[in-house]
Amino acid sequence: MRPLTLRRLLWICGTLSLVLLAVVVAALKLGAVPISVSDLVLSLGRVAIGRSDQLPSEYRLIVFELRLPRILLGILVGAALSVSGAGFQALLRNPLADPYVLGVSSGAALGAILSLIASPHLPLLTPVAAFAGAALTIAAVYFLGRRKGQLDGGTLLLAGIITASFLSAVIMFLMTTLSSRDYRGMAFWQMGDLSTPLAEGLRWVFVLVLIVAGGAIYTTAADLNLLLTGEREAMHLGVHVTRVKLVVYLAASILTGMAVSVSGAIGYVGLLAPHLMRMLFGSDYRLLIPTSALGGAIIVVLADTLARTIVAPTELPVGAMTAMVGAPVFIYLLRRGLQ
Amino acid sequence: MSTGGPATTAPSALHSEGEDARRGPGDVRLTVEQASYAYSSGERQAPLFTLQATSFQARQREVVAILGPNASGKSTLLGLISGAIKPLSGRVQLDGFETSRLEPRTRAQRIAVVQQESPLLFPSRAWEYVLQGRHPYGRTLRFETPEDAAIAENALALVGASELRDRWMDKISGGEKQRVILARALAQQPLLLLLDEPTLHLDIGAQVELLQRLRRLAEENRYTAIVVTHELNLAAEFADQVVLLHHGKCLRVGPPAAVYSRELLEQIFEAPLEVETGPGGRPRVSIRGERNETAG
Repeated sequence: MRPLTLRRLLWICGTLSLVLLAVVVAALKLGAVPISVSDLVLSLGRVAIGRSDQLPSEYRLIVFELRLPRILLGILVGAALSVSGAGFQALLRNPLADPYVLGVSSGAALGAILSLIASPHLPLLTPVAAFAGAALTIAAVYFLGRRKGQLDGGTLLLAGIITASFLSAVIMFLMTTLSSRDYRGMAFWQMGDLSTPLAEGLRWVFVLVLIVAGGAIYTTAADLNLLLTGEREAMHLGVHVTRVKLVVYLAASILTGMAVSVSGAIGYVGLLAPHLMRMLFGSDYRLLIPTSALGGAIIVVLADTLARTIVAPTELPVGAMTAMVGAPVFIYLLRRGLQ
Repeated sequence: MSTGGPATTAPSALHSEGEDARRGPGDVRLTVEQASYAYSSGERQAPLFTLQATSFQARQREVVAILGPNASGKSTLLGLISGAIKPLSGRVQLDGFETSRLEPRTRAQRIAVVQQESPLLFPSRAWEYVLQGRHPYGRTLRFETPEDAAIAENALALVGASELRDRWMDKISGGEKQRVILARALAQQPLLLLLDEPTLHLDIGAQVELLQRLRRLAEENRYTAIVVTHELNLAAEFADQVVLLHHGKCLRVGPPAAVYSRELLEQIFEAPLEVETGPGGRPRVSIRGERNETAG
């Protein structure tokens, strides 16, 4: 018997953080303009000791003004999508739940677009509208996914996929009819893209939201373990079921809304990261949530680096990379579950 | 909506964690008083199923069987006792507290429910499963202490499943699984153990083994155990009291010998039955066969 200890948790998270750091360094190095690791370490060191003025200007531009902000955005978005994916999986008792597959990302994208149409000059309105879109969509999918009063796994996924398709059509309609103004391209909202860095002011807001919403989900981690065995059983084991579900529902919607409002609908991250972490470290949510956050960050930064480099000097949307890996994994998990 | 009558005075021993609230033998622990319930599909619709006012009491160390054919209201009564549903009228009290009004955590510290097994979404090992029983004692995000691990270990030993500790729950037999589920309930250190058809998918050997164990655990650890079953003979053998339900109506409450009468059982179960008295004074039910073996 080896119950989870804080020490083991910190040990695993520390290791994953190192992996993330290595991925970040690789992402800084790789790109249309290659930069050697020694130069990179040297310039990072100079920044660390506050001598960034000694840097060659092209370095500063490429590394610190182009690549680093994009990587940081990838970390934020990856962590947010993975934690919300893990949350939805427990909330819906469905191992295949993912904000993108369930149509939640499309709902968030629609909310964001509507807010841009209504008032393009309020930057904070976009994530709030995206959250509202996400929350409404997951509520709709939840009710569509029920059969005879019971949540049905297959019906739920179908309801999500159909909802996503419907919302995409609405987005397409809006984008086409309003094409004279710039609301970012179709590809951004439907596939996701990290090329637009976060506005300076929003960066800290988003870090804070990630910590608060992710933390809220984390406080329910022990309850989520039991919720996965069934609501009635969880209740008999002392879980305040309605309260836990409400917290996870709101927090996961906030995280999805936030991620989509700045990077579009990047798919399958919320599926890939939690499942990979479950395979590596088991399905205890107290371990799964922080490891998924780190794993999601690693996956998105890796995927974006590949998206930037494999067809350089042009770029793929990062969502195309995650979908190329994520969709086959989804099919694999679906078929395994059916057996 | 009060059902009238003053609120009963709560016992002075507000038992919290660590305090031993178990009193001397013979104390009434569970009181079900005119409790009823009705399911309906909507607010104004006529009820689809009604459990009529049911009353009985259970003491510590007692094993009570809730008996009846399918759709007689057994699981509804169990739901009322567990506090999962609120009685429409009447009340269910455990040591003076209404079970449906307890906070989920407090309730889980006093009442453990062994349900018919539900499928696991992600595989877990037996020890992880048993440790879930310690959940009502943990604060938010508290990691299990060595004490929790020891209690879980002990619970596994009590059901004779120590050797299953590191096995996956989806790779053990039905009888083994039922023992691990019981161990999880014991890890909750409850006053009241509720079991919903625990012998449903077990062979006769595993059935007897489980109920013998339950009997002994109730004896040694002073649990009150309530078992929902439709196994007449197992109930007769292991229960101190039987609550007989039929079509949502509580027909009789009492020791098996008093409740088991041929006419009554034949009418309820709609089968030709024979009731004899076994060597221990407990009734035995058998099918009244029409065929004769000693032909010729």
